[in-house]
Formats: sequence, C-alpha cells, structure tokens
Amino acid sequence: MIDKRYDSAREALKDVFDGASIMISGFGDAGMPHELVDALVDQGATDLTVISNNAGGGEIGIAALMKANRVRKVVCSFPRMAQPHHFEARYRAGDVELELVPQGNLACRIQAAGAGLGAVYTPTGYGTLLAEGKETREIDGRMYVLEYPIKADFALIKALTADRWGNLLYRKAGRNFGPIMAMAATTTIAQVSHFAELGEIDPETVITPGIFVQRVVKLQPAVDAASAA
Amino acid sequence: MQRMTREQMAARVAQDIPEGAYVNLGIGVPTLVANFLPKDREIILQSENGILGMGPAPAEADVDWDLINAGKQPVTLLAGGAFFHHGDSFAMMRGSHIDICVLGAFQVSVAGDLANWHTGAPDAIPAVGGAMDLAVGAKQVFVMMDLLTKGGESKLVAKCSYPLTGIACVTRLYTDVAVFELGPDGAEVVEMHGGMTLGELEQMAGVPLRAKASA
Repeated sequence: MIDKRYDSAREALKDVFDGASIMISGFGDAGMPHELVDALVDQGATDLTVISNNAGGGEIGIAALMKANRVRKVVCSFPRMAQPHHFEARYRAGDVELELVPQGNLACRIQAAGAGLGAVYTPTGYGTLLAEGKETREIDGRMYVLEYPIKADFALIKALTADRWGNLLYRKAGRNFGPIMAMAATTTIAQVSHFAELGEIDPETVITPGIFVQRVVKLQPAVDAASAA
Repeated sequence: MQRMTREQMAARVAQDIPEGAYVNLGIGVPTLVANFLPKDREIILQSENGILGMGPAPAEADVDWDLINAGKQPVTLLAGGAFFHHGDSFAMMRGSHIDICVLGAFQVSVAGDLANWHTGAPDAIPAVGGAMDLAVGAKQVFVMMDLLTKGGESKLVAKCSYPLTGIACVTRLYTDVAVFELGPDGAEVVEMHGGMTLGELEQMAGVPLRAKASA
C-alpha cells in the first residue's frame, strides 16, 4: 500500500544531509512551510543551499536557518523582505553566498528541472548584470539568455490538503512555488493542514498529482492564515 | 511651479488603462493606480504571486495572509478571479499576455531603457523580484516617477548610469511635470503640467525633447 503520510516533521526530514540543496516554497508568508523549516533547524543539517523566493524575514523559518548559520548559499529573487536582519548579517559576514535570479527565471529554471529540459532560453535579464557572462542567442528577432535548470535534493512546500498518495490542493496565493518545486526535487515533503481519504479530493481539482510528492505531514501552522490579522 | 502629487500621477496613469486590459501594478507607488481605475471599465489586475482579478484591501476582520499582493499586503479576490502557480504567473508576463505593467524607476532613458532594481552601490544587497520579467514581457511598460531626484537631477537620461532592468522596454513615462512617449527616436512630450514651455521642460530634463504631433 502506498502511504506517503508521516507522523511528524522530524520523521519526514530524517534523511536531510549536510550540503543538501533545499527548495522552500512561499512568497512572503503565503505558502511558506514555516513549521517544516523550523523542524529542519532542529534536525541540524548544515551547509545547505536554499532555493526560495526570499531569504527569510523575522525570526522563524528561513530566518531561523540563517540565524543558526546552516545556509551556505541562497538562490532567490528578493532577499530584502520585511525584517531581513538574519540574512543581512550572514551575507555581510560572508557566511552566505547569494545567487540573485529574476523571479520568472527562478520559476522557469525550476520548471525546466522538473520537466527534464537541458536548459531554457529566456528573454528576461538580457543585457543586464544578471545575464553577464551567459550565452545569448537571437531567436526570431528577439534576444534570449541561456539559463540552466535548478533542481534540488529536497523541496519543502506548504499545501492545504493531501491524500495518502500525495495529491495536493493549495490555498489561495499560497500555491505560488509549491507545484513547480514539487516537480524539481528528488524528495518533496509537503506540509498540509488536512489529510483527505483517497477519492475525497475531486480529481478534476488536483493541483499537484501525487507522483511529484514523496512525503506529506500534517502540521498545525502556529498562526492560521485566515484568522491572523 | 505646480507639480503633480503621487495620487494625481496615479489618476493620470489610470486614465490610459483601457477597458478589458490585464494589468500588473508594481510594488510601491504604482499600487496607487488601482484606486483611480475608472469605475465604468472592467480592468483585471494580476499579481505576480499568482492572482488574477485582485481586488482592494480587505476590512481588518477579513484579512487573510494567504491572499496578499506582490508587496505582501492583504488584498481580496473579485468574483471571476483565479489563483495559479509561479510558472503560469511569469508565463503571463514573459509570454506577452499582460497588456500593461506600471513600474517605478530610478532612471529611464529616452530610448526606453529602464533602471529600477539596483543602485549599484557597493554595500547594497541587490533584490530584483519580478521587475525584469515585467520589463521584458508586458506588451506596454508604463513608468511612474518624479522627473527629478531629491537632489534635482533628471531621472530621464540619455543613457542610464544605474544597472539596467531591461532594454528599450518603457513605452510611456508619467512624471510629476509631464507625460512622455519613449522609443528608438527619443522622447516625445505628450502633455505638460504646471504651465511650462517645452524649452523649460527640456532644460529641466536635460535631454532633447520634442512635442508629440497631436499634443
């Protein structure tokens, strides 16, 4: 019987190793698996490469990983979110390397990895600092930059509902990077608020099919998005 | 001389957004444009984090932190709205499905080059977000900014000195003193505010300008 459900974040994260690359979903707090990332801080893996839209703000989640100095490199589009002091301190101390990627290139490079493509030609960033030294090509009169896929050993994502096969539903703008990161990691671990029985999720509405998800764990967010004002 | 306030600039930009347009408003001042969209036009706002049909800020009791805009402020969803993942969201930009985006800028060149993500200062931590994707992908890129810096230097330049966001992408520039059309032939003045002559505006901007034929 296929059962991807785990009882605890600790169990679900047991094999995360030093030096692993880790995608973390979320845009701001929406879709950010804070509780799973907090459990990763406790788990202790270090020398990590974190691929996420932001580089952590405040004290929890990615910011807590930064504070504990577990991150060697961040690949993100916007490190300056609210209260980025833990990232800034590590960055200025030279503890963490930053690869800044335009947000759409971050998305399409993650998608390329998930889809098994060798690279993508993207118009975004052409002629800018962020394309310096990269191969370019004119296609049908427009200039493009060659960008390589971004894959990861693990993806930590947040969804609303999962069944034991790993089919996922998301909540509102919390979907953001979840579906594409799930496709690009060797092991995708989804934090959800609810478990559903097989067949309970309408197959017409499944957003991430279970093939892209290896583990699901039900975690109660410390703060419920719908009631946090 | 009379200069437009941010709200007046936002209202001016809003006039140029037609019925049926799919529009992305950048974070910061461009967000104000939403408050001035003509009520008799159906205009659909896209947010890069996966929303089409974005509505205004909610009442405090209805705040939902899974429903935020690109600036991470709480918003609402209009009837007919949709959620989607980041791959689709940026395909909407890169694939030229977004009709208009409105962005802020540090500098814009007369040919429409845009610099709005990085001052190039050695101690600055750069952040780019979706600016480069919007610049390259939206069918029309509108920029909203004061013509002069606080120090009195023109932000409309012959060539940007700040790092570029995109090349030849800005089609219209809305400032506190004038509206410009930009392109390979340089800057055309569409309209001026505050009773300046073209010569006075040209002196202020520090770049060659010409009046748009119909202006």
